[in-house]
Amino acid sequence: MNSTSDKSPAVTIKPPGKWEVIDFRELRDYRDLFFFLVWRDIKVLYAQTVMGFAWAILNPLIQILVFSIIFGKVAKLDTDGIPYVLFSTVAIIPWAYMSEAMSKSSDSLVSGQAMLGKIYFPRLIFPVTPILAKLVDFSISLLLLLAVMVYYRVEPTWNLLLLPFLIVLMMTVPAGIGFWLSALAIRFRDVKFAMPFMIRMLIYSAPILYTASSIPDGYRFLYSLNPIVAVIEGFRACLLGTEIPWEFIFPGTIVSILLLVSGAMYFRRMERVFVDVI
Amino acid sequence: MSNNGIAVNVEALSKVYRLGVKEQTSEHMSELLLDFLRSPVQNFRKYRSLYKFDDVELDESSVTEAQAENILWALRGVSFSVREGEVVGIIGGNGAGKSTLLKILSRITPPTRGKVDIHGRVSSLLEVGTGFHPELTGRENVFLNGTILGMRKKEVVQKFDEIVSFSGVEKFLDTPVKRYSSGMRVRLAFAVAAHLEPEILIVDEVLAVGDAAFQQKCMNKMQAVGKEGRTVLFVSHNMPAVTSLCDRVIWLDQGQKVTEGPAQEIVGKYLLEGVETTAHRVWKSAASAPGGKFAQLREVRVVSEAGSVKGHYDIQEPIGIAMEYDVLQGGEVMLPHFRIRNDNGVLVFVTLDHDPEWYQRPRPAGRYVSTVRIPGNLLNEGPHFVECSLITRHPDIPQFHETDVVTFAVMGSMEPGTARGDWPGRLKGVVSPALQWETRYSEA
Repeated sequence: MNSTSDKSPAVTIKPPGKWEVIDFRELRDYRDLFFFLVWRDIKVLYAQTVMGFAWAILNPLIQILVFSIIFGKVAKLDTDGIPYVLFSTVAIIPWAYMSEAMSKSSDSLVSGQAMLGKIYFPRLIFPVTPILAKLVDFSISLLLLLAVMVYYRVEPTWNLLLLPFLIVLMMTVPAGIGFWLSALAIRFRDVKFAMPFMIRMLIYSAPILYTASSIPDGYRFLYSLNPIVAVIEGFRACLLGTEIPWEFIFPGTIVSILLLVSGAMYFRRMERVFVDVI
Repeated sequence: MSNNGIAVNVEALSKVYRLGVKEQTSEHMSELLLDFLRSPVQNFRKYRSLYKFDDVELDESSVTEAQAENILWALRGVSFSVREGEVVGIIGGNGAGKSTLLKILSRITPPTRGKVDIHGRVSSLLEVGTGFHPELTGRENVFLNGTILGMRKKEVVQKFDEIVSFSGVEKFLDTPVKRYSSGMRVRLAFAVAAHLEPEILIVDEVLAVGDAAFQQKCMNKMQAVGKEGRTVLFVSHNMPAVTSLCDRVIWLDQGQKVTEGPAQEIVGKYLLEGVETTAHRVWKSAASAPGGKFAQLREVRVVSEAGSVKGHYDIQEPIGIAMEYDVLQGGEVMLPHFRIRNDNGVLVFVTLDHDPEWYQRPRPAGRYVSTVRIPGNLLNEGPHFVECSLITRHPDIPQFHETDVVTFAVMGSMEPGTARGDWPGRLKGVVSPALQWETRYSEA
């Protein structure tokens, strides 16, 4: 009677175990739902706005202007000879993505709790959705990046080949943090209050407004453990053709993978009790 | 199939909820300050403990009082199985564990103990319009909601036209749902849900929203789903809906299964729950039997047309009430009678024994059985209580007068020919007679 249904699956529902691995087959079964949730996020984001997707450019543009005036003109920070607008643009574009994705992802379960209590689907879909949906904003804001680069006549180099890897790394960081914080936020709403503040602070944890070279040598290793540093320095080197900072990219990649895997494990562990503690 | 025709098998299912720990209050400023400083640590423990049950033992006796106070067994050792193609109703009062059971079966919340085996694709409908987004258009929401309910995108594409015509909102398909009236929104949402084609469908009470026409549509659809041979689990408070849709009923109370069985029988028992359920009362010894100088009551029973004692009746079924009594001293004219009350205590009617054979005629001593037959399609749905009495005439001397001596339940039906017909709700009123209607038409 139902030509589209697959073979009858047999499912056993049992009390949750301590740790569970991610069920990738199940995630694949729900790919249509995943697709529509991402699509919904994109579709709804700029609904009933006059500027629409132009906000994806306006937001970072205003940040760049403000930071360039304060840190470039007033404070006159040293940027290793790179014009400050160019210097901050290549960092703020990925940072804007990461901060937005991070906050949406962390908030995803609490804001979607009505759905959590009414229907089953792999809960991991929730924090992953904004990671993908925000890529649309990111892609649009790349136009701004391109415009700035053309204005400063930056020549492309072979370093650009690293860009796909850096974009994946840029998605991994908010995903890992999003897994952790969304699962925590369900139990402790403190996350909701800490999040905006934390993101404002995080911008100073990476070389977005200042150069990484201004960090004292003794603290370099500690600094390199922050995966945001790897993304920002990576983008800068990749787009501006400076020397690729492997000393940041390697540790940052390892930390972000650890963050992602541990976050997914924690999320899976908490996943089945979400509904009971909302 | 390898599962021997069993679609859902539930084994010793238990679910424990931990209630929020009580707030402590402090009376002094210093205590208040101290509590304020201490509260983050306390809150952390409290919120962390909400999902931990390592300390709870299934054995009730080992639970300390402090724990017991803090713990709610939403389900406790419930087992049953549902065969493929069976339509099973789950009934019970508030807090019986019905919704928890559905949530476990839909995998929304895990059980604390026990397990469930499910064979087949499940769709659960605990709410209409889950995930509807007000900013999206009707068309977009159909796709979103369809996939949320477990349809594949291509299924939604295939059924799209059907869904739209079922909902009747064709004209507004490209309007954001936030501009819809609430009725339109519900219709569209239900249209999506109605086109699910799972092997196992789990439906909650929530379908009982909207106006009568909408409920009717839901009922018809449910009926159709049942007839298509799908397995359905259905929670409802609407007993006629349960009896007309379900083959079998599981009755839960306070997290435990009371009983299960054929829909009519279990619903009948459920309706009489909390009521002293006796369709049959006998006084074995003459010494304890109520009565006076002339007559003594020995037995009262509620009987079906076939003559067997039964406590629950379909609204269309005639109900017999019989009293058996001894006339101790002959020569008096006697008037046995019944009073029927409903569950609000309203007197529905009084009926007197006017059997022509004994009308105004003195009765000799001996054993009598007087039976009254209440026709079908007269009493309204619900429990009824029988008062049984007998007086002598000229002078009128009461011999016995027993209140609530027997009880029986009338169950609603949505069959044609009843007062209700296809009307989805219980009709108000003390009685619910099926009356003749005639509508004449003349051209204007």
